[in-house]
Amino acid sequence: MNLAALFLREWRIVMRAKASLVNPLTFLFLAVLLFSLGAPGQSLHRAEFAAGILWVLVLLTNMLSLDGLFRRDYESGTLEQTLLAADAPFIPILLRVAVQWMSTGLMITLLAPILGSFLGLPASALPATMLALILGTPALSLLGGVGASLTVGFSRGGVLLGLLVLPLYVPVLIFGSGVINQQMAGMPIDAQLYWLLFISMLALTISPFAIVTGLRISVQLQ
Amino acid sequence: MLSLSEFTVKRDDNVLFEPLTLELGAGDCMEILGPNGIGKSTLLRALCGLHLSVDGQYSYTAFVYQGHRLGLDELMTPLENLSWFAALEGSTFDDARASQALQRLGIHALAFQPCGHMSQGQQRRVAMARWLLSDKTLWMLDEPFTALDAEAQILLNEIISEHCALGGAVVCATHVLLEVDGKRSVELKNISANA
Amino acid sequence: MTLKELWHKLGSPRWFYQISAPWVTGLGFAGLLLIVIGVVWGLAFAPQDYQQGNSFRIIYVHVPAAMLAQGIYMGMGAAGLVLFVWRMKVADVAIAACIPLGMAITALALFSGGVWGRPTWGTWWEWDARTVSTLVLFFLYIGIFALREAITDLELKGRASALIAMVGTINIPIIKYSVEWWNTLHQGATFTLTEKPAMPVAMWVPLLIMVIGFYCFAGHNIMTRMRLEILRREAGTAWVKSVTSS
Repeated sequence: MNLAALFLREWRIVMRAKASLVNPLTFLFLAVLLFSLGAPGQSLHRAEFAAGILWVLVLLTNMLSLDGLFRRDYESGTLEQTLLAADAPFIPILLRVAVQWMSTGLMITLLAPILGSFLGLPASALPATMLALILGTPALSLLGGVGASLTVGFSRGGVLLGLLVLPLYVPVLIFGSGVINQQMAGMPIDAQLYWLLFISMLALTISPFAIVTGLRISVQLQ
Repeated sequence: MLSLSEFTVKRDDNVLFEPLTLELGAGDCMEILGPNGIGKSTLLRALCGLHLSVDGQYSYTAFVYQGHRLGLDELMTPLENLSWFAALEGSTFDDARASQALQRLGIHALAFQPCGHMSQGQQRRVAMARWLLSDKTLWMLDEPFTALDAEAQILLNEIISEHCALGGAVVCATHVLLEVDGKRSVELKNISANA
Repeated sequence: MTLKELWHKLGSPRWFYQISAPWVTGLGFAGLLLIVIGVVWGLAFAPQDYQQGNSFRIIYVHVPAAMLAQGIYMGMGAAGLVLFVWRMKVADVAIAACIPLGMAITALALFSGGVWGRPTWGTWWEWDARTVSTLVLFFLYIGIFALREAITDLELKGRASALIAMVGTINIPIIKYSVEWWNTLHQGATFTLTEKPAMPVAMWVPLLIMVIGFYCFAGHNIMTRMRLEILRREAGTAWVKSVTSS
């Protein structure tokens, strides 16, 4: 199976429909702006909540981006072709999820310095923040993919997607924000980082087959 | 290549049509006819494994499926779409062969335009190119005549005839009758009123 | 018959219907008996807690409910696995039967947690590890329920719920651990009854009785629902007709 050709296709789709790349990130910055506007003045307590707010926004941004993960392919018929024609459908599907991660989780990690300063995170916490993001966001894309695979058949699947996936996101949120808060308190963060890595690895193990199964169920709804 | 034994399709536990028994070998061409809503499309989807509620046995070899949805990405050009299909199937993409196919189907001039800029009929021709380039011998086509103009319909019949002559097999659910020598027809019948 | 034969026979709805009849009555009776004993013992006869006085007695409802809520979800996950691996329709019936009871028990666990919190800490809601885990579990239940409602085809409904139940079940231990860890940050060294220090025998025996009683009741309830669902799904067959007409 020509991985390069398969990856190239996913990459081209994102590059040619830039909205899918730009919109979720725009939402993220917009939401950060709203939080800053809503907080009372130059409150010194902002650093306390910054980690939690950042991670919640990362979860919500993922939700937005996930809804469209399979929808285009579902509607154009390329999804059913992927399931039928490929010897191992999980490979092209996994590549799709990987490209989604690159356009959300990876981008957010790279933008973390800007986001952090908007939210009032001290610069000392930045390395920990970026590490937590890069270890935890793959789990968000993968587990979210499972939810997306089951809801792609519904026209207003967005809320149902959130309902299915947000409970699964809870550990990533807890450990992710935990890393940042612990770092600011000067306490060790190794355990939490390992947990994030573990969750992402576990997601990588179970998600591809779960996603393909979910997609096989969803194409029958057409 | 395809064989059905007392095979029928169900939707919400209702059997859609009288069970079918048939065999398709190399060189066979079969059209599946029947009134609207009887389940021609569902039958093909069931044979592909895209619809699980079935009764009876069936077996098939590797196939290319063309459904109602074209299976083309609108942002990509025909050549990009075709090369992706080749990667999906695990076969090597031959640029020259692909260009030849597009030429035969009369859309070579559009080879570098995104499919989204083409008409339905033109996109259908790209889909036809996909079958030509695939190495699978069994073709399962759902309403392939949709949106085709007279010239394209002639092309479609030619392509199907050639494929069968070369030892392939075609199953086609359609309203428009095929004009292929030696074709067989099967008509799906409503379930006779039982108690 | 061998274990393997027994396992495969369980897949037949008719056989399950017949074999479950004595179990339903047995579990129902046992459940009722154990719950009555547990309630009376726990509410009336168990010694008072030295810190919380009598208000701690709600744990005789809260703890079994929370344990059962989680147990039922993991049961659904196991049934989901059975559905995918052995393709047993009975497993789908089991999942459908578990959802209503599971949701009700989770709601009971949350409510009883609030009832406990009010006199103990002065609030209806307290962010401690068990209540938060139970709340997340409640959302997991709602998710499966909503997914089932959105799909009309029976077989697809079953496979989709089985899939999400399995994914959820794998995540439950991780969720639990993460919430407990989070709780240690927020509660500090406060003593809560969520950590169970050595409880005197007179306190935990009625708790154990209540837990077993709840499980028996759940078994009774789930099996009854399963039997009804089987009758509904196989309504056209001869054996159902003879059962319902007799």
